[in-house]
Amino acid sequence: MSGENILEVTDVCKSFGGVQALLNVSFTIQQGDVFGIIGPNGSGKTTLINCITGFIKMNSGKILYKGKDISYKAPNQIANLGLTRTFQIMRPYYSLPAYKNLIIPLFSPRARRKGGWRGGGKLGDRGTVSIDILEEIGFERDSFVPYKLASSLPTGYLKRLELARCLALRPDLILCDEVFSGLSMSEIASMVPLIEKLQMDGITLVMIEHRLRELFRVASRVMVLNFGEKLTEGIPEEVMQDERVKEAYLGSEKLLDYKFEA
Amino acid sequence: MDKVERRKERIDRGIKVRTEGIYAVSSWQEVAYLVLPRLVLIVGLLLLPLIIPPLFGPYWKRVISYAAIYGLLALGFDFLAHFVGLVSLGGAFFIGVGGYTAAILNISLGLSPLFTIPMATVGGAIICTLLLLPALPLRGVYFAIVTLMYPLALMRIIEALNIFGGTDGILGVAGFPNTWIEQYLIILIVIFALFGLRRLVNEDIGLVFRGVKDNDQSVRASGLSITLYKAIAVFIASGLGCLGGAYLAHIYMWSGISQFALDFSVIPIAATVIGGGGTLVGPLLGCFFLVPISEWLRTFGTLRIVFYSVILMAFIMFRSEGVMVFAQRKYHQFQRWVKV
Repeated sequence: MSGENILEVTDVCKSFGGVQALLNVSFTIQQGDVFGIIGPNGSGKTTLINCITGFIKMNSGKILYKGKDISYKAPNQIANLGLTRTFQIMRPYYSLPAYKNLIIPLFSPRARRKGGWRGGGKLGDRGTVSIDILEEIGFERDSFVPYKLASSLPTGYLKRLELARCLALRPDLILCDEVFSGLSMSEIASMVPLIEKLQMDGITLVMIEHRLRELFRVASRVMVLNFGEKLTEGIPEEVMQDERVKEAYLGSEKLLDYKFEA
Repeated sequence: MDKVERRKERIDRGIKVRTEGIYAVSSWQEVAYLVLPRLVLIVGLLLLPLIIPPLFGPYWKRVISYAAIYGLLALGFDFLAHFVGLVSLGGAFFIGVGGYTAAILNISLGLSPLFTIPMATVGGAIICTLLLLPALPLRGVYFAIVTLMYPLALMRIIEALNIFGGTDGILGVAGFPNTWIEQYLIILIVIFALFGLRRLVNEDIGLVFRGVKDNDQSVRASGLSITLYKAIAVFIASGLGCLGGAYLAHIYMWSGISQFALDFSVIPIAATVIGGGGTLVGPLLGCFFLVPISEWLRTFGTLRIVFYSVILMAFIMFRSEGVMVFAQRKYHQFQRWVKV
């Protein structure tokens, strides 16, 4: 399964007026990996995801997904190839109940191709399928929660809903933009197994994260961005020993205290 | 001794089990609770041609048809504004395109209204959608301005180039065989449009429309093209408008630049304000209220605009949510006495 490059990003540049948000960022992700992207605030992590998924037009650079050039394609075309993303600031459909939120991605060409014209093939109609997906992602099936309006759901559920929207597209690669941010420790603790489960299902994950302890538990490789430039890349332990990373990102003091589990 | 204790209970408790989508109907009373409002609306609309003209005079037959045509526009406006997030002032545009298409088909090809109305509906909707396609990425007031410019521009183009009969318009368009057909056909069309749209917005594709209104970036991330779905929605709404326009051309037996008049853009919005946006039935009833009022006020001459404005202002100040939103809430709060 692994070993194949699922995503190849080459020399992505993006500037907003005078601000260079990304400068010659290149990396590759292998199939089945969990790839972490870390960096201080404003280092261009979210911009990078926006460029990859087509929400922002990059100035220059090339992005290959499964060997296919997807640079400068529209976001909906990219999502239909199985490259999905979550939003850091959750973007649910507030006026719809949680399970109806998923009917929209289930209506996409990709989901219809994979699941038949009713959305779920033999599994049932889109409503049934979306309840199944929500249960998988941690909405209790026999509770009121899946039927509640998204506007009345707490942050933890909205973060899960973001992931569920990606899952409804039956993705091969999910770009997670800070799924742990804004969650309590116990909520994070219940999210980590979900991420591990997605990985076991063969979905490649890219995670932007500030919660390093949790990220390092799941991530096999980590890339560090600073001021739009790639500082270093490697396995978490190596990256954290890097002097430049200590300087730029964590502050050396904090890092000395940092202990790796296992 | 045998005094039975009673308490109040909301009627919809048993009906609305958990969600708005799932109903558990268990008695005739509850069936009536669900069906009665719809039945009253349908029967009421169907009775209008029987009741109104004998009471007020034959002229009012026309008014019923006008109100229904405005109702189609209001349905289209409400659908676009509250379910797709596009505020459209294009009522005049849709009516004009539909009217001219029907008139040209009727005069040059000699087709009967039976064919020109459906053809003008679909053809006009295609024309309107294609012309509005460049404006679809716009939202809010910007889209509204573009839809407002088209009827003004088309009116001047027809005037300046003296095409399609110029300022005289196209004369000699075929009319309807009799006024009964004229009234009942449009009322049936309106009823089908209302219930069709209400069903549509709760279907899967309707959820996509509502998603476009709620969070268009999320729809793109879900692998759906927002331009495509906005275009489909504009096609539906402009189809309703063009149907009204074609109908109007056959009622007048004439099609001219006054079909681009801004009344067709403004009255549907006023009706939506009065009726309650987002309910679909509200704007329709708003038209059946406003259009007759507007006709009735004609006796006051130019003062009618003043009265009209006062009525509108009163609604905006005291019932700004709209009559149907208010009525629906009250209807859900109905209580009955039950044995404890």
